[in-house]
Amino acid sequence: MPDAPLLELRDVVVRFGGNVAVDRASMAIESGRITGLIGPNGAGKTTAFNVITGLQRPSSGLVLWDGTDISRVSAPRRARLGMGRTFQRLELFGSLSVAENVLLACELCRRQGGDARPPAITVGGEADRGAPGAVAETAALLEHLGLGDVAATRAEDLPTGLARLVELARALATRPRLLLLDEPASGLDESETARFAGLLEELAGRGLGVLLVEHDVPLVMRLASLVYVLDLGAVLAHGTPAEVQADQRVVDAYLGAAPVSEAP
Amino acid sequence: MEELFRYFVVFAILAAPTYAIAASGLVVTYTTTGIFNFAHGAIGMIIAFCYWQITSSAAWDLPVPIGLVLCLLVIAPALGWLLDRLLMRRLAGASTITTIVATIGLLFALVSLADLIWPSGTGVRSVEKLFAGSTFEVVGVTVEYHDAVALGAAIAVAVGLRALLFGTRLGTAMRAVVDSRELAALNGADPNRVSSVAWMLGCSLAGLAGILLAPDLTLTSIALTLVVIQAYAVAMVGRLRSLPLTFLGALILAEVNSLFDYIPLKVELSGTVDQAFSDLGSATPILMLLVVLVVMRQDKAALRPENIRFRVPRPSMSRVAATMGGLIAVCALISVTDIVSANTVDELGKGLALGIVILSLVLLTGWAGQVSLAQLALSGIAALAVWKMGPYGLLVGVVVTAVVGAVVALPALRMRSLYLALTTMAFALLLERVVYGNNTLFPEFLPFATGSASAERFALIESDEAFFVFLAVVFGAVALGLTAIRNGHFGRRLAAMKDSPSACATLGLDLTVTKLQVFALSAAIAGLGGGLLAMWKSSSVGLTDYALLEGGALAGLPLVLVAVIGGITSVTGALLGAVLLVGMPMFGRWYGALRTPMSLAPGLAGIGLAQNPDGVVRQVGEAIEEARARADVVAEPFETPETLGTDGRIGAADASRLDDELGLSWGR
Repeated sequence: MPDAPLLELRDVVVRFGGNVAVDRASMAIESGRITGLIGPNGAGKTTAFNVITGLQRPSSGLVLWDGTDISRVSAPRRARLGMGRTFQRLELFGSLSVAENVLLACELCRRQGGDARPPAITVGGEADRGAPGAVAETAALLEHLGLGDVAATRAEDLPTGLARLVELARALATRPRLLLLDEPASGLDESETARFAGLLEELAGRGLGVLLVEHDVPLVMRLASLVYVLDLGAVLAHGTPAEVQADQRVVDAYLGAAPVSEAP
Repeated sequence: MEELFRYFVVFAILAAPTYAIAASGLVVTYTTTGIFNFAHGAIGMIIAFCYWQITSSAAWDLPVPIGLVLCLLVIAPALGWLLDRLLMRRLAGASTITTIVATIGLLFALVSLADLIWPSGTGVRSVEKLFAGSTFEVVGVTVEYHDAVALGAAIAVAVGLRALLFGTRLGTAMRAVVDSRELAALNGADPNRVSSVAWMLGCSLAGLAGILLAPDLTLTSIALTLVVIQAYAVAMVGRLRSLPLTFLGALILAEVNSLFDYIPLKVELSGTVDQAFSDLGSATPILMLLVVLVVMRQDKAALRPENIRFRVPRPSMSRVAATMGGLIAVCALISVTDIVSANTVDELGKGLALGIVILSLVLLTGWAGQVSLAQLALSGIAALAVWKMGPYGLLVGVVVTAVVGAVVALPALRMRSLYLALTTMAFALLLERVVYGNNTLFPEFLPFATGSASAERFALIESDEAFFVFLAVVFGAVALGLTAIRNGHFGRRLAAMKDSPSACATLGLDLTVTKLQVFALSAAIAGLGGGLLAMWKSSSVGLTDYALLEGGALAGLPLVLVAVIGGITSVTGALLGAVLLVGMPMFGRWYGALRTPMSLAPGLAGIGLAQNPDGVVRQVGEAIEEARARADVVAEPFETPETLGTDGRIGAADASRLDDELGLSWGR
């Protein structure tokens, strides 16, 4: 299926007891694009992430990867397919240093044969193919994300903004084809956010599929080529940023009366 | 038919109440405070001793009703209140490992306390049954009033707890606190009051169970403390939450016991099979605990990160190498000179061998976040191998221990810390009772059970002097090897597993294999230590060296305690733990005045230090770092892994608080 999207959710439902956290949600995420996922708190964004990465089994519905059903594939196996993610509530390995966090991901990626995929960033200026060692790739990632100065710091001692970047570096170290980012910009200051935006565009430019959950709606509208709006677990609307912002239901449910006028 | 009725209805119904009472106390405290009280049996034991003191004709000889009222309505609640104020309340929100260590510390402190007040050498104490000997008859079965009273008490407890939990404001608060302490507090419940009441109630129930059980046992500190295993098994049927299921569990245990009594009556068993069967019957609570733990569906959210809060230092290879070099040099000096008496060398050698077992805990608990109370019991396997097969049996022993360690881990793969602790504890007791113990299932182990097994040393290092240095070398080698592991890929995987299982999954790391590997490796190291301990002792090796609690200072639970006290996150901490393990009883022997504090020290220290499970080494390290930071402005926090991973951030207030705790916990 050459035309199948990188990842597709088809009519996914997640129930926690009587509560429906995700309600027949369908989405498609393409390679080489940034897809935005927005919605009010409790809309089911993180649950959707957990369904995609396999941490949460859907009550019904399908998760497709390159057109293949992976609904029953375990989380570690999905990661080996090339899914990297960050967490809204940070999940760094606190007792390891920043460098060790990233190095472990590099090492695991190599052991699992993930080094057949190209590195997420250029390492050492050479050709992208698997050549660099895990240590060199770690160093390059840290350098690229501006984490070189804190490489030896214990991850649990980092401020939130830097910790989010380390989670991103660790996810990139798995050489993902799909990158799932759960509120990566919260805790970043303005210049960090700008830099982060540039990085995401660069990654998408290299062919990565990116799914971005973010409360900074202007940022999402600026970066994403396709936006899904979740409300009460269901996809309320989807389309280009302009279409979504014009959608009255979205304005009512989420964006409110004064929408983000400065967005392009 | 009538016999069936007698065994499975009357006997079972009469046996169940004490289990139910003991277990419901455990459930009440666990559900309202989130702390599983390993010392529940020890509390019952203390109260039973108090009851003996008050009512026994050999002591104060006061009337039974006065004894009951004093024990259950005054002493037990007072003890509960005190425990809550001094210990339990401070554990709210602590990691599971912390609560396990703290309550094991309490257990050990209470056992030591009982041994101090009521020394075991001063005659047999027995508690009389209530209405001593009076009986009545029901459907042809003679029933003792004592058992009828127990049944009545259990019914009263069931009804009373139900009324309390569902009929009063306090009960509602108790149930609310389970779900969220903060939320309950916002809604007007006073968590501290709830916690006080829960512990007072829990202690009274433990005491009631203790008094009811005591007549069937000789009153010894250990026997009564371990009877609580029955309560663990029973409470686990109710998943530590449901009181009705707990009562059902009590009935199940009673039925299983009846079954073990009944079958030999009906089926003609040959002598050894019969004996083996009855031995197995005496282990029913342990078997039941294991079965319930393994069969019971674990919490689904196995990926939910557990609260395993302690900082793990990043050890520096050169620092560890220097320490271990120093250790070997000191040991060599001791062995070639006479500066230390032979007796002391004997103890130090035991310390080194047990230190290797503690190192296995550093790997497993400190670095991988997995709790095990079975390390010492497992290490006995290697001791058996050395005894049976000669010195090179050590290798076989290590391999077998590793395999058994991995097998123990299998059901534990998705368990949370508390269940893991209980499972490993049950497994240790099973090894102790059924395999090592005086048991007809394995008659060839009888010398081991009686402590008269022997172990040969390697021909080249047969002398005490040479073997002593050899022990130090092995300890150093294991410590260095572990440090290398910690700083390598496997160590990173372990840290990742401990810090965030969810993130591991998203990196494609399947934790099953990692867990099995670390359990096996840790068991192998424990086996090495256990085998070497047997070789060092060379004669009178046996069960008490590898028992969980029995046998004084050299035992499984104190081992875990000192491991944590020394510092479970570093190999240097393991060395300190080993020194404490053999040092404390030695000091007690040398200086009579220190005997009392020294026998209480492990328990008290466990209680105190549990609140900062990083152990002594880190506290001292932090204090030094703090002092250095004050003296030296040019701090380079990121370049000094030798400081055991501190970053100098700990405030002066924190440091002094830690010092206070250190002082307090040592009973100064």
